[in-house]
Amino acid sequence: MTCTEFLQLLDDLIDDAVSTTLRSEVEQHLQKCGHCEVVFNTTRKTIEIYRCHEIYELPADLRERLHTAIMDRCRRSC
Amino acid sequence: MSTIQSIAGQNEQHPDVALVERVKAGDVSAYDELVRKYERQIFRIAQHITQNREDAEDVMQDAFLKAYEKLDQFQGNAKFYTWLVRIAVNESLMRLRKRRTGKMVSIDEDLKTEEGSVPRDFADWAPNPEQNYNQSELAGILRKTIQGLPHGFRVVFALRDVEGLSTEETAETLGLSVPAVKSRLLRARLQLRERLSRYFKRKTAPTAQHGAPSGIDGALAQPKGN
Ligand SMILES: [Zn+2]
Repeated sequence: MTCTEFLQLLDDLIDDAVSTTLRSEVEQHLQKCGHCEVVFNTTRKTIEIYRCHEIYELPADLRERLHTAIMDRCRRSC
Repeated sequence: MSTIQSIAGQNEQHPDVALVERVKAGDVSAYDELVRKYERQIFRIAQHITQNREDAEDVMQDAFLKAYEKLDQFQGNAKFYTWLVRIAVNESLMRLRKRRTGKMVSIDEDLKTEEGSVPRDFADWAPNPEQNYNQSELAGILRKTIQGLPHGFRVVFALRDVEGLSTEETAETLGLSVPAVKSRLLRARLQLRERLSRYFKRKTAPTAQHGAPSGIDGALAQPKGN
């Protein structure tokens, strides 16, 4: 397996959508190729960090205000 | 997020179906429940696309109102949430267009960049690198980094990886093909990784430990994941 082939599989690897045979080929490549190993681990980490940290927080008071406004508008519309 | 990737099988009804039926029958309180359930996600998606707090507030309100008014057109076999997200994405793109008056905004814009299609930075990251920053520093880094993506990549990443929609749902929501979503997702992921590397890579040549226990010990003591 080449680095380019690995890169093409990256998304499927992250989503765990790779067959067992292909997976072992990937593991063989990763054992020899430190660059791809780093890319694999840090890309996974990137996704995890974005998933676990709220970057656009909706503060409770604003949430309540918007919620009330939405429901008021819905009630008026019918 | 777990609400989206429902474990429920095909023949088990998604709880939203009953709520939608109640709304259609005139029960506004059922809509109140749906709004409460999804308002944070919709706000987040609107922020991701518009990059503007006021616009996101407007989009959130308009999207829920529009969904309410058009609920008759909602087909029960689609998921309410993805249908709602599609409305919110369209509203967000309209806002973006208004801001850049006269300029067409589509999700196909600005995608010619080659950046990120090939990784360049191979430095390994520190273990749990996000813990080297406090909450607001980290949020600032993550915002700044994702804001630098072309919005056609940003929205795919936001829906697929942050909100947890499937590739097919993301494609349907954005009116893109599955291969187009896949290629954008890979580029988005790689670009973000590349840019975050600047903040998260392991500091080379660690200086002598002057009895600072927070470093290595602290890192090792961290529980996996959070
Ligand atoms: Zn490689």
